[in-house]
Amino acid sequence: MKDELILLAHGSGGKLSHDLVARVMQPAFANPALDLMHDGARVEAAGARLAFTTDSYVVKPLFFAGGDIGKLAVCGTVNDLAVSGATPLYLSAGFIIEEGFPVAALERIVASMRAAAAEAGVSIVTGDTKVVEKGAVDGIYINTAGIGAVIAGADISPLNARPGQDIILSGPVGDHAVAVMAGRHGLKLPATVASDCAPLGGMIGAVLAAVPQVAVLRDPTRGGLATTLNEIAAQAKVGIMVEEAAIPVRPEVQAVCDILGFDPLYLANEGKVIIFVESPYSEEVIAVLRAHPYGREARVIGRVTAAPAGQVGLRTGIGGVRLLDMLIGDQLPRIC
Amino acid sequence: MKSRTREEERRLAAFFRGEIARLATRPVRLMEVCGTHTVAIFKAGIRQLLPPEVELVSGPGCPVCVTPNEYLDTAVAYSRQQGVIITTFGDMLRVPGSSSSLAAEQATGADIRIVYSPLDSLAIAAANPAKKVIFLAVGFETTAPTAAATVLAAEQAGLTNFYVLSAHKLVPPALRALLTAGEVQVDGLLLPGHVSAIIGEEPYRFLAREYGVPAVITGFEPLDILGAVYLLVKRIAAGEAALDNEYRRVVPPAGNPAAVAVLDKVYGEADAAWRGIGVIPASGLAVKAAYRRFDALAALPVTVEETKDHPGCRCGEVLRGVARPADCPLFGAACTPERPVGSCMVSVEGTCAAWYKYGAGRWQV
Repeated sequence: MKDELILLAHGSGGKLSHDLVARVMQPAFANPALDLMHDGARVEAAGARLAFTTDSYVVKPLFFAGGDIGKLAVCGTVNDLAVSGATPLYLSAGFIIEEGFPVAALERIVASMRAAAAEAGVSIVTGDTKVVEKGAVDGIYINTAGIGAVIAGADISPLNARPGQDIILSGPVGDHAVAVMAGRHGLKLPATVASDCAPLGGMIGAVLAAVPQVAVLRDPTRGGLATTLNEIAAQAKVGIMVEEAAIPVRPEVQAVCDILGFDPLYLANEGKVIIFVESPYSEEVIAVLRAHPYGREARVIGRVTAAPAGQVGLRTGIGGVRLLDMLIGDQLPRIC
Repeated sequence: MKSRTREEERRLAAFFRGEIARLATRPVRLMEVCGTHTVAIFKAGIRQLLPPEVELVSGPGCPVCVTPNEYLDTAVAYSRQQGVIITTFGDMLRVPGSSSSLAAEQATGADIRIVYSPLDSLAIAAANPAKKVIFLAVGFETTAPTAAATVLAAEQAGLTNFYVLSAHKLVPPALRALLTAGEVQVDGLLLPGHVSAIIGEEPYRFLAREYGVPAVITGFEPLDILGAVYLLVKRIAAGEAALDNEYRRVVPPAGNPAAVAVLDKVYGEADAAWRGIGVIPASGLAVKAAYRRFDALAALPVTVEETKDHPGCRCGEVLRGVARPADCPLFGAACTPERPVGSCMVSVEGTCAAWYKYGAGRWQV
């Protein structure tokens, strides 16, 4: 493998990304907090139970329907903390900026970060700014890291997935990826299609306050719903069966996917959460989600099964059943 | 189709299933020619809804899959030339040629850009007048008219740095070659809706007339495909060979004469090499003499490495419908979508990729 090179698909969040991390990073850095491979690590410091996470944002275009790179950089990290079962508290922000980047655009991005942080109830308490020569980055990259306090009584882990649990999704999938792709390729979309980019700390906090029995939380970002479910099935060594007819996808989003040959189940979301909970608690979880603006279309989309361990199945609209695998490479537009 | 409620769809699916089971009194083998159909069949889990008597086999209908290594080697050779920009549909990127792939060349610095339409290449050519922009013109009758229209648009715009590397192929001659070879017993054919929207019904008439094989032009919704299987099983049970058009809402009997006219203006029929099948007479499209300056092969010299096929890869047999992906010793082991060996595993419409992705042989309910 000495001639092997990093390809764009290694960053897609699908199987190639996983293999790379498992082969290169994980063995080098191995420790119990990392080995759980959750969206945020749970750590203890001076007796406090904390969640800690980081993410880098390299989205193109920088501004898109429903958000921009700044809003994304705050929401993404806030959500990673929230799905670790923590109340997001503090963020750092690191900027890598290309020389020649307009200060006005930076001001817009920073204002957007401030607004998102205010909504999420977090403070950006430290940061870093680097400027690199023209062509070294594409405009601006932002890294955010975040710290949150683990909510008392919450025990969130992918390893908690157990046969019989319901799987709840907080709303339609694919909006973010389609909005960004449309921006990138200059596609004209109906005004109803916009990124779902939103800070979910408040909504998830409300769910955990009402139903501390919630077992697994995950936000289906890169790789989408399908890849996220596969990660959980593999980690917990359980099977998962989801109902195609129950998974909400906006008709406009589906239409764009049909044209470009994309599957919305693999598209990134930035304002959705997946919740695993014992079925007697499902109704209550859904009631709390639906009471919140970001969870109005929440519903049960499937169940955890005992077998086949590590695999996700999909019952199709006409009653067939097939494997719902992880995203393999990048989704690419098809020929015909 | 979209206007039906989910309940109506479920009821209709149940009706088709019941009728197919009732009518299929002997084993029949139906070939779906089109890669998009193959994917739709797996994606909807249709195979397992059919009785054991009805077998679906995949044919040579994925344009990336049937493109031979030599074409990829040529594209790779062009991509290594100074001042060349390759524009391509995404599927072609990862297909391994004899010793490299476009994705590998891109990672080492070649200027290769994914386009959603061939027309996007013209803007790239206009913005880079000092470079040569070569569009990889791959696809069946569905995409060829747009490629032809792009050549006409390039001419109108006065562009002198735009070229196509044509590997366009035609579906009816491939069907004739398959049926003539008789290597695989085909009792009925599911014909591609997209291709048919361009060429209409007439080019398929020979299937029933000369080979006695019933065929159905069909769409890509799960119910289109189940409905087409039902029509075929019904024809077979009645001992009839005829052409049915299940996809009238999209496919007019005469096709799209305007698209065909554009195609005929720029391209002419030529013998073409198909991966796994070999050269089929008059089954490809070559740029006509009047437009030769847009034909990369004619206008731009290139030295191409010697073509090598991967030993053990059975893509060719899979494309002819004589082997199933699981029959290939490489399938799922040495050859996976992450590290594909053969084209059938690379393209999202490839038979092996569809088998693998949707779990055939890997997934037990």
